[in-house]
Amino acid sequence: MLRPRLIPCLLIHQGGLVKTQGFKSPKYVGDPINAVKIFNEKEADELIVLDIDATVQGVEPNYALIAKLAAECRMPLCYGGGIRHADQASKIIDLGVEKVAVSAAAVQDHALLTRMAEAVGRQSVVAVMDVRKRTGLFAKGYEVCTHNARTAHKLEPLALALSLQEAGAGEIVLNSVDRDGWMKGYDLDLAVQLRPALKVPLTVLGGAGSLADIGKLIEACGTVGAAAGSLFVFKGQYRAVLINYPTAQQKDQLFAAAMGA
Amino acid sequence: MIRVVDYGVGNIQAFLTIFKRLGLPAERARQASDLADATRLILPGVGAFDTAMRKLNESGMRETLEDLVLTRQVPVLGVCVGMQMLAGGSDEGQLPGLNWIPGRVRAFADHAASSSLPMPHMGWNDLHVQEGHPLFRDFEPEPRFYFLHSFYFDCESREQAVASASYGLVFDCIVSRGHVHGVQCHPEKSHHFGAQLLKNFATY
Repeated sequence: MLRPRLIPCLLIHQGGLVKTQGFKSPKYVGDPINAVKIFNEKEADELIVLDIDATVQGVEPNYALIAKLAAECRMPLCYGGGIRHADQASKIIDLGVEKVAVSAAAVQDHALLTRMAEAVGRQSVVAVMDVRKRTGLFAKGYEVCTHNARTAHKLEPLALALSLQEAGAGEIVLNSVDRDGWMKGYDLDLAVQLRPALKVPLTVLGGAGSLADIGKLIEACGTVGAAAGSLFVFKGQYRAVLINYPTAQQKDQLFAAAMGA
Repeated sequence: MIRVVDYGVGNIQAFLTIFKRLGLPAERARQASDLADATRLILPGVGAFDTAMRKLNESGMRETLEDLVLTRQVPVLGVCVGMQMLAGGSDEGQLPGLNWIPGRVRAFADHAASSSLPMPHMGWNDLHVQEGHPLFRDFEPEPRFYFLHSFYFDCESREQAVASASYGLVFDCIVSRGHVHGVQCHPEKSHHFGAQLLKNFATY
């Protein structure tokens, strides 16, 4: 049986590993390479590493750091942050990374995904959509944003996801800005809307506070990617830094309970 | 020496890293002369079938590889698209494959049982392996491997299909004909299950 994927998502800021809340107030949680080593030992399903500085600062991806991460990582690795051209994606794949994630550049120019898919194959092209609830009088629904949620776009998440898939994305990551770091559960409404409409795998990020939250996502969506930051780096109500990840047995129990298998 | 064939496609570094950790000497081969000392060959591959075949054909290494594998019987392991290249051809492209293991590469999308599932087939799945095959020596029960693909190898000979997995339909995910082997999943990214398979391939 193809299993849901439980994916730690690590954020890089000023060379260190951080965790944000609502995309703000990054808290330092440790060294990225050390975190990868621990997730190796825990045999995590996949890893997502996002450099949250590169796009807003308009700088190139930190290839030296990516090479170090890739060399250390014994599970599939997805890197995102600062990618604007297909040749950057090729370079990152050559460093030993399985998947390359783009957000801002793909929202602005969907054809980037087409060029990336031609260069590295669509199975290695991931489109990340940062989504938040519209606020204000008469506002309803969601909006897509980029640049660490500092830029909003008048785009519906579902329509955009379908366009990104059409353009060449082999996976869509749905990232909830509002829920980021609060550990109160995923945005199931939006996930349930997207999953059946998409032909490519969906990964949901933002809000997971417990394995039970992951169970609820799987119950709602079936075989999905369940990504989380805080859940896998914090322990307890005081958010003490402790990298953790369920065992194979814990995962199987979680899947069996959620999928009725 | 294990030689990982670097023809411009696929994750060479991941194999070198894992063999280093296993204490097995491995290097990349960028040109035919690098292959001279090969006692084992890894043929990686990702992306489109035709792109991978064209790059291998243009690498200047194909003739040497065929000599090593077909004449000198050097064991080879094709991985992902590198496995698919062992077939006669693929529904994904027009170029002929290496045809080292008779079979054809087909699309999940062309089968009713799998066409409605998310594509690519991405994530960890169970392997059903043929007992006693040298690639599976010391395997733990219920091995699971990481997959990332939309096409699969349809092996002509049932004897040469040594492991299967299921994604809508049951498909051949490891093929083996004498010293020629192919795995659809990614042993270089499948934790201790993958490391065991690579160790078995390198030391049987």
